[in-house]
Amino acid sequence: MDAPPHRILGLTDAEYELICAKLDRDPNGLELAVFSLMWSEHCAYKHSKKLLRRLPVEGPHLLMGPGENAGAVDVGDGVAIAFKVESHNHPSAVEPFQGAATGVGGILRDVFAVGARPIAVLDSLRFGELESPRSRYLLDGAVSGIGHYGNSIGVPTVGGEVYFEDAYEQNCLVNAMCLGIADHGRLTSAAAAGVGNLLVLMGARTGRDGIGGASVLASAELDAEDDSKRPTVQIGDPFEEKRVMEACLELLDRQTLRSLQDLGAAGLSSSASEMASKGEVGLDIDVSKVPLREDDMEPFEIMISESQERMLCVIEPGKLAELQSICDRWEVRCSVIGEVTDTRQMRIRHGDELLGDMPVAALVDDCPLYDIDPVAPTEQIYPAPGRTLESDDPAAILPVLLASSNLSSRRPLFEQYDPIVQSRTVRRPEQADAAVLRLHPDGDRSEGIGISIDCNGRRVACDPYTGTIEAVLECAANLACVGAEPLGLTNCLNFGNPEKPHVAWQLDRSVQGMADALVELGVPVVGGNVSLYNESGGGPIYPTPVVGMVGAIPDVEAAPGNAFLEEGDLIGVVAPEGFKPSLAGSELAKLQGLDLPLGLPGIDVGAVCAVQAAVRALARSGGLTCVHDVAEGGLAVAVAECCVAGGVGAAVGLSEGDPEALFGEGVGRFLVAGSPSAVEAVAPPVTTIGTVGGDSLQIGSLSWSVAELRSAGQSLRAVFA
Amino acid sequence: MRFGVVQFPGSCDENDALLACRRFGEAEILWHGDRDLHGVDAVVIPGGFSYGDYLRVGAIAQFSPVMGAVSEFAADGGNVLGICNGFQVLCEAGLLPGALLPNTGRRFLCRQTDVRVAHTDSPFTHVAVPGQLLSIPVKHTTGRYYAPDQVLRGMEAHAQIILHYADGHNPNGSTDGIAGVVNESGNVMGLMPHPEHAVDPLTGSADGGVFFASLAAQVPA
Repeated sequence: MDAPPHRILGLTDAEYELICAKLDRDPNGLELAVFSLMWSEHCAYKHSKKLLRRLPVEGPHLLMGPGENAGAVDVGDGVAIAFKVESHNHPSAVEPFQGAATGVGGILRDVFAVGARPIAVLDSLRFGELESPRSRYLLDGAVSGIGHYGNSIGVPTVGGEVYFEDAYEQNCLVNAMCLGIADHGRLTSAAAAGVGNLLVLMGARTGRDGIGGASVLASAELDAEDDSKRPTVQIGDPFEEKRVMEACLELLDRQTLRSLQDLGAAGLSSSASEMASKGEVGLDIDVSKVPLREDDMEPFEIMISESQERMLCVIEPGKLAELQSICDRWEVRCSVIGEVTDTRQMRIRHGDELLGDMPVAALVDDCPLYDIDPVAPTEQIYPAPGRTLESDDPAAILPVLLASSNLSSRRPLFEQYDPIVQSRTVRRPEQADAAVLRLHPDGDRSEGIGISIDCNGRRVACDPYTGTIEAVLECAANLACVGAEPLGLTNCLNFGNPEKPHVAWQLDRSVQGMADALVELGVPVVGGNVSLYNESGGGPIYPTPVVGMVGAIPDVEAAPGNAFLEEGDLIGVVAPEGFKPSLAGSELAKLQGLDLPLGLPGIDVGAVCAVQAAVRALARSGGLTCVHDVAEGGLAVAVAECCVAGGVGAAVGLSEGDPEALFGEGVGRFLVAGSPSAVEAVAPPVTTIGTVGGDSLQIGSLSWSVAELRSAGQSLRAVFA
Repeated sequence: MRFGVVQFPGSCDENDALLACRRFGEAEILWHGDRDLHGVDAVVIPGGFSYGDYLRVGAIAQFSPVMGAVSEFAADGGNVLGICNGFQVLCEAGLLPGALLPNTGRRFLCRQTDVRVAHTDSPFTHVAVPGQLLSIPVKHTTGRYYAPDQVLRGMEAHAQIILHYADGHNPNGSTDGIAGVVNESGNVMGLMPHPEHAVDPLTGSADGGVFFASLAAQVPA
């Protein structure tokens, strides 16, 4: 016997009964489809919402917190930066080009929905090892897709990160972050308001693409039938989105709109009910007014279609002509599809026929929230990585580390993106540890922002609590390198199936680590996204709580790069007192095929924050020529990276026989270089380790030519040949 | 000096071009649906995409009202500078010889490149010195310049090949490393590199100012 429809749509029997109770009757087919999406993990956050309450969501610079399409922080002088990161993991695993492209399209809409002009995109990607043809295919497709959308719409892709680990072989991660700029007064809410006001759908026509995406794709594990899900992946049209974006921004400039919301997962159902919920009103929608790509679409298909490049707005009836004229100018379709009511009901009609009538609160607020059931594993659940490095000789290890998939130069990827359009980009990819943008490209003003996105999932797999603290501190460290003070954070929590106790434990510990690190840093979460069920037959992905941060820079001209520049400059290391590098969970340990430990050395978060504050002040002073965060691969790799970036050698006095001193990791250390007087002035005291000069890197008696180190780092070229 | 910067639906670098022009004179946007060029002294057709370019890059834009006016402006001797997509549009519109083909690498590529100014007896380059190297970024998928041999020989004879990629810098497989060309009259220029993204050392280079400064010097301030 076939399963009942609600189970096929992903609802439990108990959830179905609750829906019946809320309606005081059985839902009809359309209502069931709408509920199944609104109550999916993707829309309702039912396994994560309680945990997320632990995160700090208030701060002195916060203008708009979680709950709107994107959060926003104040960057001074009445200017706001809105930003958010979101996942498009499952669609990208099925069709990487369109999956990644529409991931970018979706996050752009979130940002201009709050009234901000998108000014930057960053991406965070995870794939299986590069030896896997599938991983190379996914990487190539995702990178092309991100470039296709961002390049075509005129928003620069200014940064990002990518890691290759076996744990992502079956479940790649494609997270995209977007930032936008707006005057404070222009920030717009999605709350529908004003009974009798009109609900207008703008942009692309509605088709059958993405039907059921939210429930079928986003909230269930992928299996061998992936190919059969191809029709549920959306297709992007950046040209349409460019026009919709320009039209929306002009409408907001002219104060034509009362509220604006993008259409994402679960399409019209989700956007309309969220607008109604925020505005505490009801909405009547007539599906016969929705422009369609195919005439014979069912009402439920119209309500849940995930066709891209669509926006929903509320306007006063008297402004309709003005809206029509601006949309005509941008060649954007717009149609009145409903109106705001005082019923607090979502009513769906087709002409005069009433097809659905659901309380808005039931759709948006009443989905049951589940407590997860965390159980700490007694041993590491992830297998040891395959051994790829046999030698114990540091002379051989350094080039191998530089050539390894996680550390090699990302140039072959980011050269496929336009990082400079809009004339704000002061530090491009690889020029500094964080992207640096100026806020005012049209004048002599020097204020700017630093942006970074980070997470080393393997470290989180070793220790979800400490690994997540490291991710937050790593992101803040990258900002410190360019003199940026963090103002807000957005996160994308990529995890496996939370109904499994060990994944629940990862999620629980990770969120706690993020909360503790953020409280210490004094930085709020402005919004984000949760992507669960990233697992397949091979088990869960490494827990990957990706964090993106935006920080303020008073003078972008002072922002140091990460290259050694001047012969004779002193090289120093700044670190918290008593810092001890460790090889546990390091890149070297991975190449050596060592087991992932269960637990990482603890961190004195306060001490790391103090060092970061000192480095930030130094970076702002403009006295240093190079500031670089010491991350994966340890100090030897960090020094080599600065040599390669500057095309100049260095001589440093590290203990060449001590692998932990050379390749050990741990958050909190920075490499700095500058004139002797500048480096010696550093407080807290800097440990001087060497000088810049020559055409080779010398560590004690070991020596590598800069050319050899550069060539080692170019290993990714072959993938895109 | 007043520059006019054309905006098509899908243009991306029109604001960058506007900002670059304003460093050397006044500048305003020319809307694709208007035939009126507002009496500007020179026209810039910026980079990005025009009408989505889903057919063939630049193929649709030539039919826009503004391009009709630009063609007349050029025929009357007005200076027109096409950057990247603007270069593609000018080739499609028949205002420049040759065509832009997909890069040999078949990918979008953004890279800072060195280009060499071959001729300086031009309204676009006269403030440069012959052979001067300029550091300017390229960013395109379809930038491989092609023209039949016979056409190329004629272009060489008329000093129309005005900009070459420096040795080792050809990013797209262009014939003879051609980065920019002018028409036979010398008043219409197209180039794939983006000089509007090289007008400020803070964002990488100020070398692209050569083209805007040369144009601005044509008209008494």
